Amino acid sequence: MIDLLLYGVFPYVAIVLAVVVSIWRFSTNQFSYSSLSSQFLEGRKLFWGSVPWHIGIGLLLIGHLIGVFLPASVRAFNGAPIRLYILEGTALALGLMALVGLIVLAARRMGDSRVRSVTTTMDALVLVLLLVQVLTGVGTALFYRWGSFWFVNTATPYLWSLATLSPKWDYMVSMPITVKLHALNFFVLVAIFPFSRLVHIVSAPLSYLWRPYQLVRWNLPMSRSLD
Amino acid sequence: MDVRLQLSMVFHLDKCIGCHTCSVACKNIWTDRKGAEYMWWNNVETKPGTGYPTQWEDQQKYRGGWEVKGDSLKPRLAGRLGRLANIFFNPYLPSLDDYYEPWTYKYDDLFNAPAGDDQPTARPISMITKEPMNIEAGPNWDDDLSGSPVYARNDVNMSELTDEERESLFQLERMVFFYLPRICNHCLNPACVGVCPAGAIYKRGEDGIVLVSQEKCRGWRFCISGCPYKKVYYNWGTGKSEKCILCFPRVETGQAPACFHTCVGRIRYMGVLLYDGDRIEEVAKAPEEKLVLAQRSLILDPNDPEVVLAAKRKGIAEDLIAAAQKSPVYRFVKEWEVALPLHAEFRTLPMLFYVPPLLPVAASVESGSYDLSDGDFFGSVEKARVPVKYMACLFSAGDEEMVKGVLRKLMAVRAYKRYETVGDIDARRLSAIMQEAGCTMEVAEQIFRLTSLPRFKDRFVLPASHREQFVETVEDVSSHKGQIGVGFGFGTPAKRGL
Ligand code: SF4
Repeated sequence: MIDLLLYGVFPYVAIVLAVVVSIWRFSTNQFSYSSLSSQFLEGRKLFWGSVPWHIGIGLLLIGHLIGVFLPASVRAFNGAPIRLYILEGTALALGLMALVGLIVLAARRMGDSRVRSVTTTMDALVLVLLLVQVLTGVGTALFYRWGSFWFVNTATPYLWSLATLSPKWDYMVSMPITVKLHALNFFVLVAIFPFSRLVHIVSAPLSYLWRPYQLVRWNLPMSRSLD
Repeated sequence: MDVRLQLSMVFHLDKCIGCHTCSVACKNIWTDRKGAEYMWWNNVETKPGTGYPTQWEDQQKYRGGWEVKGDSLKPRLAGRLGRLANIFFNPYLPSLDDYYEPWTYKYDDLFNAPAGDDQPTARPISMITKEPMNIEAGPNWDDDLSGSPVYARNDVNMSELTDEERESLFQLERMVFFYLPRICNHCLNPACVGVCPAGAIYKRGEDGIVLVSQEKCRGWRFCISGCPYKKVYYNWGTGKSEKCILCFPRVETGQAPACFHTCVGRIRYMGVLLYDGDRIEEVAKAPEEKLVLAQRSLILDPNDPEVVLAAKRKGIAEDLIAAAQKSPVYRFVKEWEVALPLHAEFRTLPMLFYVPPLLPVAASVESGSYDLSDGDFFGSVEKARVPVKYMACLFSAGDEEMVKGVLRKLMAVRAYKRYETVGDIDARRLSAIMQEAGCTMEVAEQIFRLTSLPRFKDRFVLPASHREQFVETVEDVSSHKGQIGVGFGFGTPAKRGL
């Protein structure tokens, strides 16, 4: 029963919240749609936290997405054990890198008085949730070997069942506790996404890559032309 | 020819008395808010000195402005991909300590302290952390400290000088300094716009004012390093960039910006310039020694019938063209060629021009007293107490001849007036001076008038921009009635989160 609620119902609540509130927040308060950078107040520690954290977690996220969308390719890649070991080793290293970065960031947020003065309760909550997420992830990698191997046979079909509106939560029931927590906490993060600084993920400025350097805005198209 | 209009400025440095009235006027109107306490959109620094933020001119440190790579123009902050790679941490961002930590005092303690033997004191507390702090820097911390080892010696422009020239600046008897008031230059090739990943910064087409859209800004902070003048500031409370808006609400209604209006020394001039938008990139790529001349060539003659016609075709209103014809900025920059851009080598094509200070009377102290009997009352440019090289670093991308030319012309104006009023310079000598400076008596008189006797209307030739007409066509002008905000541009309160 509880599994039904946590893995069959709650994901939908979280996703609906994320989508609806994100759109609502963007259209009513675009001003707040970013993360409040504190590099200006403290830069040295930030470097050792922000860079490993973002690179580690970003690549891991991409890895998970590949597992969900291209499970066949993951299976094929893992066909030779040596490649499996390399993949798992890299993932574990990235997880540890993200963990170290996150710990530095958390310590900085609590320890530096300037940064503390621009920290909200939501910021603290996000940090705690992310810490849980990374710890359960790293824990799983350490204790339940070859995650990339079983991920594509359990998590991938589970997530697809959610996507196709026929949730098969029993995939999660038999999972070890770290995996269960990891999945649940993921949906908690999804749920608080639109209420927190996490929204900066979707404001990544990719269009910068192709726009011209200079931007000129005219009040109205030059309509007062004489001819 | 793509005729465009630019609100432009001239600061006459000989007239600045360093009173900071301009800075205070600006602070009171725009930056007296949480997160903006440390910002001075207008600041006045002492030169030689390190300025605000400290050593802002050092582009090795901050990577501001543009550089020519091959035959294309690139932000010094690295190319597009390189910039995005630095998005988790901007290695060239100035920190709060490069400006100063804003503070206030615990005034309450003066009233609430228990009775005791000592006077109660109001301790300084940080406006960021609210904790007690030691004040180690503040606004204008280097004010008038020209000779100091901490400030003057670390002036970035000093590195171009010879040891001898440098030492001459530190002799007690020859100590010299001048003031450099700075605001955003509202450049034609703004680097802040070029490096903004979110596309939040833009130049207004109608008048060239450079603004940051607070809604679009996502706080990536590249503009802070990208602007070589350090005139975009990071609001640590809202997480957005902010900058001088050239008091556009005032300018649109034909009033001078607050810092211009209040300037005690009346050093500030504002008017419009017409320029050729098609040539911006070409000019910004000019070889360094030609930059100032190239920028000047971009400015079009508003009395040229062809230019007027092209301007009208582009939709520039008659009264704006008339204002361009009366522009004091045009006279200083283009007609008389005595106003120069600050650090043209940053390649942003700044539209704030400076009339360099005529150096203080050269005096020698060999006899123990100021000896002015050098034959030449005003001294000569070559014997100037501030080495011409130093001036050239600031105002002409290193070209000493150009600065000398300007200084000679300014001297010629003085000689001319002296000839007229004191009479100890005879006509022959005067015409020699005039010839050397490439100036005529008529021009000298005009420069003198606009420098010393300008009325308000001569200093600021600002036609109203008729913006209300644009606004009325797209929205109900009373629709914002009763809305509140933090006082600049936000329709809703600038609040973070939900
Ligand atoms: S108000 Fe004018 S004279 Fe006074 S410091 Fe500012 S620019 Fe100089």
